Amino acid sequence: MTEHENGAPAQSTDLAHASSSGALTTRGALPERFENPGLPPHVYRAADVEPQAAKHAERQVATLFALSMVATLVFLVTYFAIPEESTFFFPGVGTINTLHVALGLSMGFSLFLIGIGAVHWAKTLMPDHEIVEERHLQRSTDEQRASAVNVVVEGGRSAQLDRRPLLKYTLGGALGLFALPFAFQLVGSLGPVTVGELKETIWDPEENDGKPIRLMRDPEMTPIKLSDVTQGSVFHVMPETLQKYLDEGRHVLEAKAKAAVILIRIDPDLIKVKKAKDWSVDGVVAYSKICTHVGCAVGLYEQTTHHLLCPCHQSTFDLTHDCAVIFGPAKRPLPQLKITVDDAGYLVAPEGFHEPVGPSFWERAR
Amino acid sequence: MSTINEERPADALRAHDAAARRDHEETRPLGGIAGWVDDRTGGTKGVSTLMKKVFPDHWSFMLGEIAMYSMIICLLTGVFLTFWFIPSMTQSPYDGSYVPLQGVMVSDAYRSTLDISFDIRGGLLIRQIHHWAALIFVVAVFCHMARVFFTGAFRKPREINWVFGTILSLLACIEGFAGYSLPDDLLSGTGIRAMNGFVQSIPVIGSYMAYFIFGGAFPGELIIPRLYSLHILLVPAALVGLFTAHILLVFLQKHTQYPGPGRTNNNVVGYPFMPVYIAKAGGFFFIVFGVIALISAVVSINPIWGYGPYDPSPITAGSQPDWYMGFADGALRLLPGFLEFVAFGFTFSMNIFPGSILLLPIMWTIIGIYPFVEKWVTGDDREHHLLDRPRNAPARTGIGVAGIVLYSVLFFAAGNDLMAIKLHLSINDITNTLRVLFFIGPPIAYWITKRICLSMQQYDRDKVLHGRETGTIWRHANGEFEEIHAPLTPRERWHLVQQEVQEPFVVTETTDAHGVANPVARKDQWRAKLSHFYFKDRVDPVTPAELEAAHHAHGPALATEPTETEAAETEASEPAIERH
Amino acid sequence: MKALAARRRHPAAIALLILVGLLVTGGAYSFAAPKDANASAAAADTVAQGKTLFLANCASCHGTGAQGTNEGPSLYGVGAAAVDFQMSTGRMPMTSPNVQAPAQQDIKFTSDQIAAIAAFVASLAPGPAVPDQQYTTVIEPGTQENNEAIARGGEIFRVNCAMCHNFAGAGGALTRGKYAPPLQGIDPVHIYEAMVTGPQSMPVFSDTNIKPASKQQLISYLHAIENRPEQGGMTLGNLGPVSEGLFAWTFGIGILIGCAIWLGKKAA
Repeated sequence: MTEHENGAPAQSTDLAHASSSGALTTRGALPERFENPGLPPHVYRAADVEPQAAKHAERQVATLFALSMVATLVFLVTYFAIPEESTFFFPGVGTINTLHVALGLSMGFSLFLIGIGAVHWAKTLMPDHEIVEERHLQRSTDEQRASAVNVVVEGGRSAQLDRRPLLKYTLGGALGLFALPFAFQLVGSLGPVTVGELKETIWDPEENDGKPIRLMRDPEMTPIKLSDVTQGSVFHVMPETLQKYLDEGRHVLEAKAKAAVILIRIDPDLIKVKKAKDWSVDGVVAYSKICTHVGCAVGLYEQTTHHLLCPCHQSTFDLTHDCAVIFGPAKRPLPQLKITVDDAGYLVAPEGFHEPVGPSFWERAR
Repeated sequence: MSTINEERPADALRAHDAAARRDHEETRPLGGIAGWVDDRTGGTKGVSTLMKKVFPDHWSFMLGEIAMYSMIICLLTGVFLTFWFIPSMTQSPYDGSYVPLQGVMVSDAYRSTLDISFDIRGGLLIRQIHHWAALIFVVAVFCHMARVFFTGAFRKPREINWVFGTILSLLACIEGFAGYSLPDDLLSGTGIRAMNGFVQSIPVIGSYMAYFIFGGAFPGELIIPRLYSLHILLVPAALVGLFTAHILLVFLQKHTQYPGPGRTNNNVVGYPFMPVYIAKAGGFFFIVFGVIALISAVVSINPIWGYGPYDPSPITAGSQPDWYMGFADGALRLLPGFLEFVAFGFTFSMNIFPGSILLLPIMWTIIGIYPFVEKWVTGDDREHHLLDRPRNAPARTGIGVAGIVLYSVLFFAAGNDLMAIKLHLSINDITNTLRVLFFIGPPIAYWITKRICLSMQQYDRDKVLHGRETGTIWRHANGEFEEIHAPLTPRERWHLVQQEVQEPFVVTETTDAHGVANPVARKDQWRAKLSHFYFKDRVDPVTPAELEAAHHAHGPALATEPTETEAAETEASEPAIERH
Repeated sequence: MKALAARRRHPAAIALLILVGLLVTGGAYSFAAPKDANASAAAADTVAQGKTLFLANCASCHGTGAQGTNEGPSLYGVGAAAVDFQMSTGRMPMTSPNVQAPAQQDIKFTSDQIAAIAAFVASLAPGPAVPDQQYTTVIEPGTQENNEAIARGGEIFRVNCAMCHNFAGAGGALTRGKYAPPLQGIDPVHIYEAMVTGPQSMPVFSDTNIKPASKQQLISYLHAIENRPEQGGMTLGNLGPVSEGLFAWTFGIGILIGCAIWLGKKAA
């Protein structure tokens, strides 16, 4: 073991550690630690000793600056000369917009060359003798500290803070409260607190005067016949009631955000859950497309495994088991939309969703 | 010490004009605008101190500058973009020059971003510079942070600046996320949609918060204007303010330096601000700007025209946030679904809330308080201006690498889908592997890193004791081969022996004189445990006595006569790892 | 492949149904259809040739009657379109059972041979035919009408396809090692066939779902974005923020650190 064993630990409960530099024991004439040998001797650069090298460096720097000016000129010419639609072919990349690349390269080089030139100048021609600057403790001296405390205390005293506590407390109260109006205004007016909307969608028959709502293709907004949905098909669906919002051009995205539905036809025998079967027509099932995790669109349907996958966080839902989660961070199955066929042969949703769609929220189960 | 006024050999070139120059200098008054300003402010005093300020030279000190310059580039290009960008979610059919979107309903925000990209000359260049600079800004911030951490530059007196830097890095990420969301394309809209889900997952107030943030039901028409206000006003103001304080403190406290001959805790060795660092730092700004402009010229970023406008129904494969938010997205991908539960009729989304909302403050708090934890463990109240070589602080380096591994696991989890297609793996296997790695990766990384540090220290010791390998092979009379080692010069050696060694803190008295347990001692026991964790395994630097002993064994200073006993001697001088 | 095959439709029921359907339609057709002796003889030749090829190359997995085995699914009702898609893109014949048949550069059969096998498979049961050229010719941008048709195709693409194949058709990951392949550089006919047949994991987008005209718009959109000049330079594979972040962490910061090292080095 080394000689650190010799230095016995300090005998106190606090700060009882000793750095090896602290306990200086000497063995013979040798010090405990090596000493800092000091700065190495200065090595001159080529440009310091050879006039030619200095001249050479000067020329290099000047050339870099001159090239930068050229690049700037190129930028200006390019800006006016190259039409927006002109393109060029670059092997391995393809056809590229010429104007963008030309502007970017010329601007980039005009900047880059200034930088390279300046740094090269600093490295070759500017003084490179290292300078030593002494440090001092960051802390102010005790006198400075005392005087600062004094000034503050004296100031408070001369303002009669200590003699007139009423002033102190009322000022404190006023300063403590003045921000409240601002906070209230902000919090109170940021948005309407109609949290109950989280449980509603435009699949609710009330949106359609109590009538069942037709399933429409997204984005074409055409109704879907049962016979259109062939085996293994996936339809991305919006409710008929969305048309009203599209026509008015208002709150379209808010309506879509909760109404997106995916419609899939599988072999009815594969549907293992009775409710899911009851709510389907000949193996055609409809589920909310809004992920129960954080609300991305769960659109990836694998025909062979009957899994639905969310591309955001890979929650995987099993269509044959009423869209139960089989992998990933989602907890709840995708809500099913009950569908039937109306007299004209079109698929309709008679009841709307029976539970809130989309991501969880605090009051969801209430 | 040398100063810049020292004559250099090449100055002889200018010998003929030296006298004239000096005359001129002596009589040069402060005139013109500078004089006018000084008459009214007296600012010259400060300027001359500033100009003489010394900065040490090292490439790793430029990482912070890359961050600073990228931020300035973002500010500059950002101003350009505000002239054309319209932060509005009002929808209308697109009729600009990008053909594959003509007639599609888009928001003003999306339309104006398309216009910047297609119909304003050089607009896409500015947009790409802005986005690339933003990515590189956060990359450089993290690299700078790692440099400061691994070299121990956060120690007294720089704890405040570490905290400022921590807040700056968080602000940088928030600023980036706000900016990423502004174009209102399908990708960023999906990001906002996920954010809506995150906010809703907050217990008790989540639904209300979501309605406050979006001004009603998601997505509404207010989120983009609100994010815009954050992105161009609130967060940049905070960034610039804190960053100014960050830089001022660097000037005030003087830059740290790596240890080396002539460099002590009481000095700073380097080049003066005027002219060297003005040229180097100023030049480096142009280099950073130039490189980012060149990248923006040839590499496309965030092609929002491809994503299409935001619509809640479609989605694209590979929906990810920008990289600096990746770790939170990755955490969400790894958290299993069973963590969500319903109690008392309320839904607790513990599969979302910890990864999306809690993770950021927790992570940044841990980073922010680290200097204070380490100071408590070491009890070291001295100022530190000399940096540690990472190997000389094995426990800290291990903790840092463990943290990076933890972060990386989350970060790579956010790209699990792309890893799956590019590496032909199963996404489920990747996710499960990363789930395991989240727990076992950091401790393994800690252990391995610490071992590597210790063996590097051991290597340093051997090098000091036995000199450096010369590559010359000596053949003994008995046919044995031996490599000649040349001893190190004192300056070479200093790099390897300069460090101070911290020994673990030991609690000696746990009870007072009356045998009653001492409450202070209990706290100290914790400290002693942590101190052991930090400093139990260590390698001490070679002392002059040890070197003397080694030389004695080798005979003369230059080990030209290796002896048969050398192997035995090497072993004898080896036991440097101490265990208490 | 065993589990996969087992989960497909119930083989017996389908086979029975198809047999009945075949008898009825085939019988009706033979009476009702206008006869061209030479043509039908030639068609019968093609089917016979297809059957020979089928027995030699496909029957080991799909069964001698294309009824399907544990190794491969039944081919009743998949139609000529499926055969053409799978074989012309090199996916079939598959070299070894795997989670997914990848597209191959090396096409093992001539187009005539593929047409013969397709004719044989189509003769077993009705299924989607190789699409009409009318709907697989791309609409070129130019007129406002064409531009809006392409944009419409883009909307359909984003709703129905982008979630698996990515916004630029660069492909994406599915579960357990399966993936949605890239759509860049794919023959319009094959895109159309894939939609109507739903190969492997892909669901079916039949003509009653996405109308042939809409499919044409969709294909034209893919063609348009693929053939547009790159507006902002290299695309990094159009993979989104991950590849951009990777670039920033490697080339971006790498170049800048390189400059910083040069800056900090003492000049010679």
